[in-house]
Amino acid sequence: MLLVLLAIILAMGGVMLLNKAYAPQYGLDLAGGTTVTLQPITPNGSAPTEESLDLAVNIIRDRVNGSGISDAEVAKSGDNIVISVPGVGQEEVVKLVGTTAELRFRQVMAIAPGSPQPPGELPTQAPTSAPSPSGTGQKSSQAPKPTGSAAPDSAATAEPGPSGSPAGRALSSALTNPSPGATPAGNNGNAGNNGNADNKPAGNADNKPAGNTADNQPAKAADPSAQPGGSTAPTANPSGGADPSAPPAAPEDPMANVDTTGIDPAVLKQFEALDCSKNKGEGAQDAPEKQYVACSDDGSAKYVLDKAAVTGSAIDTATAGVDQSTGEWLVQLSFKGQGPQQWSTVTTTAFNSQPPRNQVAMVLDGVVISAPTIQEPITGGRAQISGSFTDATANELANQLKFGALPLKFEIGSNEEVSSTLGADQLRGGLIAGAIGLFLVLIYSMLYYRGLGIVSVLSLVVATILTYQTVVLLGAFAGFRLSLPHIIGLIVSIGITADSFIVYFERIRDEMKEGRRSLRTAVEVAWTRARRTILIADAVMFIAAVVLFFLAVGGVAGFAFAMGLTTLIDLVVVFMFTKPFVALLAKRKFFAKGHKLSGLDSERMSESVVNPKTVPQEA
Amino acid sequence: MSGIARRLYRGEVNVDFVGRKKLWYSLSAVLLVISIAGLVFNGLNLGVEFKGGSVFSFKAPSASIEDVRGTFLDADAHQVIVQTTQNGWRVTTESLPPDTVTAVQKTVAQTYGLPQDQVNLQVIGGSWGGQVANQAIIGLIVFMLAIILYLTLAFEWKMALAAVVALLHDLVITAGVYAWSGFEVTPATLLGFLTILGYSLYDAVVVFDMIKEVTAKLGTTSKMTYTEAANNALNHTLIRSLNTTLVAILPVAAILFIGTTLFGAGTLKDLSLALFVGMIVGTYSSLCVATPLLVTLKEREPRYQRIAHRLAATGGGTASAGKKAVRQPVAAGASNGTANSNGAAGAVPRGEKPKKK
Repeated sequence: MLLVLLAIILAMGGVMLLNKAYAPQYGLDLAGGTTVTLQPITPNGSAPTEESLDLAVNIIRDRVNGSGISDAEVAKSGDNIVISVPGVGQEEVVKLVGTTAELRFRQVMAIAPGSPQPPGELPTQAPTSAPSPSGTGQKSSQAPKPTGSAAPDSAATAEPGPSGSPAGRALSSALTNPSPGATPAGNNGNAGNNGNADNKPAGNADNKPAGNTADNQPAKAADPSAQPGGSTAPTANPSGGADPSAPPAAPEDPMANVDTTGIDPAVLKQFEALDCSKNKGEGAQDAPEKQYVACSDDGSAKYVLDKAAVTGSAIDTATAGVDQSTGEWLVQLSFKGQGPQQWSTVTTTAFNSQPPRNQVAMVLDGVVISAPTIQEPITGGRAQISGSFTDATANELANQLKFGALPLKFEIGSNEEVSSTLGADQLRGGLIAGAIGLFLVLIYSMLYYRGLGIVSVLSLVVATILTYQTVVLLGAFAGFRLSLPHIIGLIVSIGITADSFIVYFERIRDEMKEGRRSLRTAVEVAWTRARRTILIADAVMFIAAVVLFFLAVGGVAGFAFAMGLTTLIDLVVVFMFTKPFVALLAKRKFFAKGHKLSGLDSERMSESVVNPKTVPQEA
Repeated sequence: MSGIARRLYRGEVNVDFVGRKKLWYSLSAVLLVISIAGLVFNGLNLGVEFKGGSVFSFKAPSASIEDVRGTFLDADAHQVIVQTTQNGWRVTTESLPPDTVTAVQKTVAQTYGLPQDQVNLQVIGGSWGGQVANQAIIGLIVFMLAIILYLTLAFEWKMALAAVVALLHDLVITAGVYAWSGFEVTPATLLGFLTILGYSLYDAVVVFDMIKEVTAKLGTTSKMTYTEAANNALNHTLIRSLNTTLVAILPVAAILFIGTTLFGAGTLKDLSLALFVGMIVGTYSSLCVATPLLVTLKEREPRYQRIAHRLAATGGGTASAGKKAVRQPVAAGASNGTANSNGAAGAVPRGEKPKKK
């Protein structure tokens, strides 16, 4: 046992060495951090409602404290929101948490290139205000003239795909049920538009040479994202990057090929007028019960979207992960409440629709972040989005989906690095005081338990080492940040750790008082009894920690985490150090014979032998 | 070493905790009433994290943290948190009324030779507002339920009930201390409360575990009432309770002492006071509230009532009960603990002596 413990300590020390992590990460109150003011932007410049601000504060708090073990502060300040994140140089974090808006799922009704192309003028590059998703396609090369070669190729595009392009991921993705087997197109589908191509060969086939308007529609349907790059074809197209296969970017009126049935004329007007190269409409507040016009987040395509079918609040959770079979990054999400049903309805409708209406767009912050093709009706409230994700983009999308929806759009006002809230003097004082306290504890246990005091002192030392190592490693790997309450909590846990061996010692003494056992047997018998008490009592602490960790937010969760941690460490120390060590000592003459200074001397072990007068009378 | 110290050292103590339950109950009742009155009339002095506050920012390159803090305290601002930023100072105080704000700005401007309009003011809301506090309360309620469930399974529901009542008792009294002392309630304080919660339960669980062990042996022919047995168990764990509390409280006391004397106000003091009070109350309540309460509940059970009746009828039963009990290993240390017969209790251990060694 002792050796195992030693191995654990050394192993953790080794990991610390390897990672060059020697000191814990400190929290806001100890290390200072970055304070950023976010200013809300409302469409009409009016002041945001209190309600939406409160909601935003809560969402932002959830986001920055996403891991549950760090503690950022989020507060309202007038109409602004002030975020303080521990650690300097955390602007990125703040930017990330403050920049997304309400998420909604809407069925796509129509798609067109992001920027209007004057009729007749060859769109050498007009449609691509954004980087082409295709690795190969050079903008200039995407001549508008379609060639025959384009058609067959586009069907074949599945493999090469534009997967290299991060910009492509938002647009080029496929939505499927999560079950691996159920995603026939999923694998190729990940390559975005290509997946689409696979799925709807028919649609693609239309992609045919036709540069002409009528045919464009299906081509677009095949994939909006392809738009800018002059569509999918060029990517794979062996016939050369020069292949002018970009039929969708037809020179004519982009609206000509759009199926307008069911689209509100007013919305259609907006759609025609929308130029994504000028204004992508970020931060717009889309009314869920109305049709909506939006740009893709790279501005390459614009969409007419149906009424919101599902809102972000119906998302239960979203996670990024890797597909076991393909090694592709993907995002899985599940719905709650009305979500599964709404989701099932919209995916079924979409699945049964002609392209481009077989896509469901996710609108965040007024912008389409992803518009995957529906590969099959998705019932059961779970779905997975595949596409050319990288680990970063998958995680980003998952976070956007999970934490959904800020009711407001923000811009960063001021940004300051601040020192700790506590002041170095307080921290120093706290540590000095803690050290003094520990010292008193050591003196007391040496006085009271004499020889056994060594055990308690060493147990505390071992507990301290383990705690320090754990905190450092958690700081390095899980972003755990130590703040003053944690430190105090750890100091208090001295009491809990000490209690474990006090319980044990008292049991040993009980056994010895019986006078029927040798020290060695007493140590063992006492242990079985003490062990039960310790386990039950520690379980209480652990329940407290677990409940608070999962139910509370921010600082409380971090604290609960520290509490659970010390409880576990306590168990480790008692089982792997205190008990074996006492057993070891019991073999030594000094203790076994009950030396005066051993703490197990006969005076203490037997009752009242020496001085009958001290028999308690006070009852 | 003599007297009480010696007895404590040797683990020979005998306090009739359970028998004096009326005393404890009335003591607790008084404390609770005082605490609740404090909460109602005085209220808690919530910190800026809850209520929001005023944030002043200005430049004063030559000042030190202590200077700045002193300046603000002189200007009658409370709950001062001083931070440095890249280009100056950021000082958070409690929410100040407009004229105090002006006064503070004036004082700061004068002290550091700045134009008054370069002492900027920003009003911020509480970062620990509604949601965080609500979540904490939900967490607390779920925790209580979980604990009741756990203790019911590990022990029995009466013990669970007694433990949770004692827990609430501790929380209210600790909160009362804050209300009356006017110490600031910060997030750190709340976390202190949560620590107490775990600590208080921990203590009660250890005591109950022993009670369970001792009372498990009570049968129809036993010579001890539940009350006596429980009291035995209490005395038996008394040394442990005191030692544990002492060990836990020493560091906290050190922090409290240093926090109060050296720094006047601050997180250190706020947090350590909660812990200090909570730990003392927690130990007290597991001995003097939880256990008597448990005994009151248990003595209503027919089987323990029968024992009590029988022993009451035989009169001197308690004394002999002590002797019998002594032979039971667990009760040994507390053999003196027979409830209300002092003389007899004194005799017991001596009776036991020959058996030793």
